[in-house]
Amino acid sequence: MKIALCVKQVPDTSDIKWTENNTMQREGVESILNPYDVYAVEAALKLKKAYDDAEITVFTMGPLQAESMLKDIIALGVDNGVLITDRKFAGADTFATGKTVSAAIKKILPDFDIILCGQFAIDGDTAQTGPCIASLLNIPQVTYVKKINEYSDGTITATRLLDDGIEAVKVKAPALLCILKSEFEPSRALINGIIKAQDTKITTLTLEDLGLNPEDVGIKGSPTYVSKAFRPEVKHTGEKHDCLETGTGAEIILNKIKEIGVLR
Amino acid sequence: MTGGILLYAEVTRQGYVHTVFFELANKARELSAKLNNAPVMAILFTKPDMLPDYKEGFTYSGIDKVFVFENEKFGEYNTETYSNLIINLVKEIQPEIFLIGATNQGRDLAPRISSTLETGLTADCIELDINEKGLLAATRPTFGGQLMATILCKTKPQMATVRPKVFKPSVDIGYKETEFIYKEVKPEDFKENVQLEKFMQVYENDLNELDSAEIIVAGGKGMKGEEGFKMLKELADLLGGTVGATRGAVDLGYAPHTMQIGQTGKTVTPKLYIACAISGAIQHTVGIMGAEHIICINNDPNAPIFDVSDTGIVGDVFEVVPKLIKMLKNKV
Repeated sequence: MKIALCVKQVPDTSDIKWTENNTMQREGVESILNPYDVYAVEAALKLKKAYDDAEITVFTMGPLQAESMLKDIIALGVDNGVLITDRKFAGADTFATGKTVSAAIKKILPDFDIILCGQFAIDGDTAQTGPCIASLLNIPQVTYVKKINEYSDGTITATRLLDDGIEAVKVKAPALLCILKSEFEPSRALINGIIKAQDTKITTLTLEDLGLNPEDVGIKGSPTYVSKAFRPEVKHTGEKHDCLETGTGAEIILNKIKEIGVLR
Repeated sequence: MTGGILLYAEVTRQGYVHTVFFELANKARELSAKLNNAPVMAILFTKPDMLPDYKEGFTYSGIDKVFVFENEKFGEYNTETYSNLIINLVKEIQPEIFLIGATNQGRDLAPRISSTLETGLTADCIELDINEKGLLAATRPTFGGQLMATILCKTKPQMATVRPKVFKPSVDIGYKETEFIYKEVKPEDFKENVQLEKFMQVYENDLNELDSAEIIVAGGKGMKGEEGFKMLKELADLLGGTVGATRGAVDLGYAPHTMQIGQTGKTVTPKLYIACAISGAIQHTVGIMGAEHIICINNDPNAPIFDVSDTGIVGDVFEVVPKLIKMLKNKV
């Protein structure tokens, strides 16, 4: 079973500082593995544990520094790493990203059985790149996957968690699955994993390697573009009661609730 | 026959047109007015006997044309079947704008369509407008809601998804002649790579209450754990409300994902929102801006949540809430 695992390095959004003209202060902002991709990594590792022939190749598109993230993931038990990197890829929207990543998967792992992605990335939070890759590779997709239950005879069974309930689905491989958060103890790298990761050579793919047209990637290949970016305005409307000393917070709230008239 | 605004009319598992469609219809009419009254059209997948039930919804929300795909199998959504049929229709009618509700289904469907059509898609917009060049200006939060971006699209159709409850639903605008156009569905249009084996509806209280709740008591990381959320549940029960949580609290395992409110969770519109030990990161507050009244309790007087609250209590949530619970129990 060949698994393509797609991950993204994102700025830690809980830690962003903004300059006065609304540009992000990149210095000092840590880059992390997208938290939702952690679950995709975990789902891949689970499959590897359950199926002896499973081989995982992790793909990411990003700057050269993303190589260390790939090594960290390999240290957890992933087999190979592919870094898709080229200045010309910069500024890609979800479509251009999907085009580039799907081209890389086609080149490196054309006989893949399963592609795993995180359901969202915390920076853009579009949830689009996964379905976009599936669409461009013309394979079925299953989004909102809570759990992959089984893989046999080229069929994957999975559980989806949706707003109105839970679906059990079967999908024919090759297929792409977008993985949701789940309860688990995240894997930790073991010492021999770390040593193996150090020895694993990351495959680097540039625009030339992928044979894509420069017009089809990065900012040029993106149908969407940002025309304006601004910080949301917060308007202060409220009254503030300092109740740390007075201890009257509960009374004020109760009076307010009664005043609004929502109490049944 | 090209141009116009196309909307996806999602039909829920229960067989209703999803409310987000009527919200999109309302916005689409506004956009249409800025586009020389371009037609507003809808796509509907339905079982053959169901269409009469839906007709009024379209005629009274100002839809000019509905493209109907009719088949016995259309109670059940299938990504490939639906997207392929929609893609062919879009190629035929060439709309300027194509809007889809950002429900589970919409978020699954929209990128599949946009990438096959090689066009742009802007997810989870909070505002849609027509700019001076007649293009769709779609505004959405990024970076956890800390930055708003207005996005334009170079290609057609200009696609966008919008979450439920972001726009107001259309009120009855009076009867308008709607044309229903049946589109052919062939047996080979049905794809079976993905098959639904079983659906288990989750107990409504666990999932859907946030959508309809008049009172929401929500907690952040400062609730310190599941115990803290039990206390919020007790308060919510006494008030006849339900419990919500921030992403921070969900990530720490204090509350389930289904309770999450904010950019990566739900958008809520209760009459009263009580934010307990929530700092007020914008990624959370974008999801509560539709609340009529926000009360917050936080021991940090500088927490940003105070800036969006109507009533702010600087205090320790572990003192204020138990006292409030006690007062409610004693019917003070």
